[in-house]
Amino acid sequence: MSSPAEAGAEPGDGLQVRALSKSYGDFHAVRSLDLDVPRGRFYALLGPSGCGKTTTLRMVAGLEAPTSGSILLAGQDITRTKAYRRPVNTVFQNYALFPHLDIYENVAFGLRRRKVGDVKKKVDEMLELVELGAQARKKPAQLSGGQQQRVALARALINEPEVLLLDEPLGALDLKLRRSMQIEIKRIQTEVGLTFIHVTHDQEEAMTMADTVAVMNSGVIEQQGSPAELYENPRSTFVANFLGQSNLIEGTVKTPAADVVTVDMHGIDVSIPADRAHTDGGKGWIGIRPEKVLIGDAGAELDAPGNTIPGGVVTDVSFIGVSTQYLVRMPWGQELQVFAQNTGRTKIHSVGDQVELSWRPEYAFLLDHAQDVHAGSQEEGA
Amino acid sequence: MAWIKERAVLVLGLLVLVYMFVPIFVVVLMSFNDPATRNVYKFDGFTMHNWLNPCEDPSMCDALGLSVRIGLLATVVATIIGTLAGFALVRWDFFGRSSSNVLIFLPMAAPEIVLGSSLLTLFVQGGFAGQLGFWTIFIAHVMFCLSFVVVTIRARLAGMNDVLEQAAADLYATPSQTFWRVTFPLVLPGILGAALLSFSLSFDDFIITNLNSGSEVTFPMYVWGVARVGLPMQVNVVGTLMLIVSLVIVLGTEVNARRRARALAT
Repeated sequence: MSSPAEAGAEPGDGLQVRALSKSYGDFHAVRSLDLDVPRGRFYALLGPSGCGKTTTLRMVAGLEAPTSGSILLAGQDITRTKAYRRPVNTVFQNYALFPHLDIYENVAFGLRRRKVGDVKKKVDEMLELVELGAQARKKPAQLSGGQQQRVALARALINEPEVLLLDEPLGALDLKLRRSMQIEIKRIQTEVGLTFIHVTHDQEEAMTMADTVAVMNSGVIEQQGSPAELYENPRSTFVANFLGQSNLIEGTVKTPAADVVTVDMHGIDVSIPADRAHTDGGKGWIGIRPEKVLIGDAGAELDAPGNTIPGGVVTDVSFIGVSTQYLVRMPWGQELQVFAQNTGRTKIHSVGDQVELSWRPEYAFLLDHAQDVHAGSQEEGA
Repeated sequence: MAWIKERAVLVLGLLVLVYMFVPIFVVVLMSFNDPATRNVYKFDGFTMHNWLNPCEDPSMCDALGLSVRIGLLATVVATIIGTLAGFALVRWDFFGRSSSNVLIFLPMAAPEIVLGSSLLTLFVQGGFAGQLGFWTIFIAHVMFCLSFVVVTIRARLAGMNDVLEQAAADLYATPSQTFWRVTFPLVLPGILGAALLSFSLSFDDFIITNLNSGSEVTFPMYVWGVARVGLPMQVNVVGTLMLIVSLVIVLGTEVNARRRARALAT
């Protein structure tokens, strides 16, 4: 029934998802999703709410039946396996601790169901790992949010699953606690060496914790790779906007097939390395991260071998200590964002200043013009 | 004036409490009454006689026994059926679920006298005219307890998130283990509450029982019957005992809750 794993993915290793789809009537939550998570990876599924990431996770856990497609775990097809027979454990969004059992019994639950021996030793060790040894006989309601979070983690981890699924596990915590739990979970993952799949809508969280991030949008994976790869070389406007901020400027490709693609940007030629150009020709969106843009007085010498784009006027200045954020209106009417580090060597411009911008060509990227330029922008705020 | 204003809530509260507790106090007091005449509604002297001879009138104890037996049996049956129905109504999406949810209220809303007389019609039409008695009372009691059980269980289940059951399944619990280890313990307080409610409804019922009892006499029917000639003081003993049992149950849960709260604090 199951098709052999595709080339590149070794069978019997990690999680492989093939053409997985889930529809609710006319609504397609997940569309033909492929996913390869090698063993021992800390993998993040990142996307806005409603993008299908939680549905994907629940299908891997067996809590939701796929409409089509297959799920292979350690070489076994588990697509139709019942949730309680899968070597998969989940840390639920609101922890879902059993309120009538104490912490010890919550953590021991999975071991007892599988009739694993030496429950006491294992539970004690696990509670030590999450630093809750002293709370073993308390009920979940007696613990703080952060402690409950760690119980939920311990309860799943103790079963040493092939894959540990984390469904927005830090969503209910306040910012400060979230930061320390991110580090904590990362430490535990390194220590136990299990495969973690972490679902989140918080791009900073995904980038901090995961070694591989897959950005999901409307039921498909837009792009996956290391956090740096995704940030530096996004392949779609959605990824460019959802991970951090991007300036996207309209341009027309002049020489498509060279090592360096030259693009006409409102009358100025800009170059983009071919491996960062994700469109075949015609029009495109030239992308550049705000912190990669250099700003200087009109006519000043800017430390960049790229082209200088003159004619900017500063329309907004926000001084935020480590950096200054500018909005610069360009001759073609668009406002570009510029982040300048406050190194002390460059002057801080004020509103109304005539400036010119520049950037190194190797930082720019080129995206398909057919894509929505605002896709993935975070109006909702993180 | 200011004095009254400041204490208005306290005074009113005390008055309401007195209003509520006077009848109970009278029951307890009268259980120690030694009536000098046939006028049993007057406290003539203190005695332990009623408490030491509760079954002086054997027919009262027979009636009490019948009520307790019917109450227990009806409670068990209504609680089991009602719990299952409550689960079905909350957890399964079947054809006619929403109408069942409305229909379940009907027996609670219908006047007892109507239910009782129509049940009698049903029994007589069904050819059970000569067999009215224990089983017809039992059937009637299960019927009117059922709605209350279903409503109680449904409320308990609706407040319970099924993510806990998903968590159990995720932690290798089979469906039956999930039910007995997670669902059932969490619904149990609701089931016990429903059972207590059923028993008191059954024990207390007069109208429906009276119409469908044939020659059997339950405790409320006995009291109704003898009230015209003069109540034996032992009725008050039974009343006081019932009060003690309810108090023990209420205090027991309270103490339990406090102990749990104290455990929470440490």
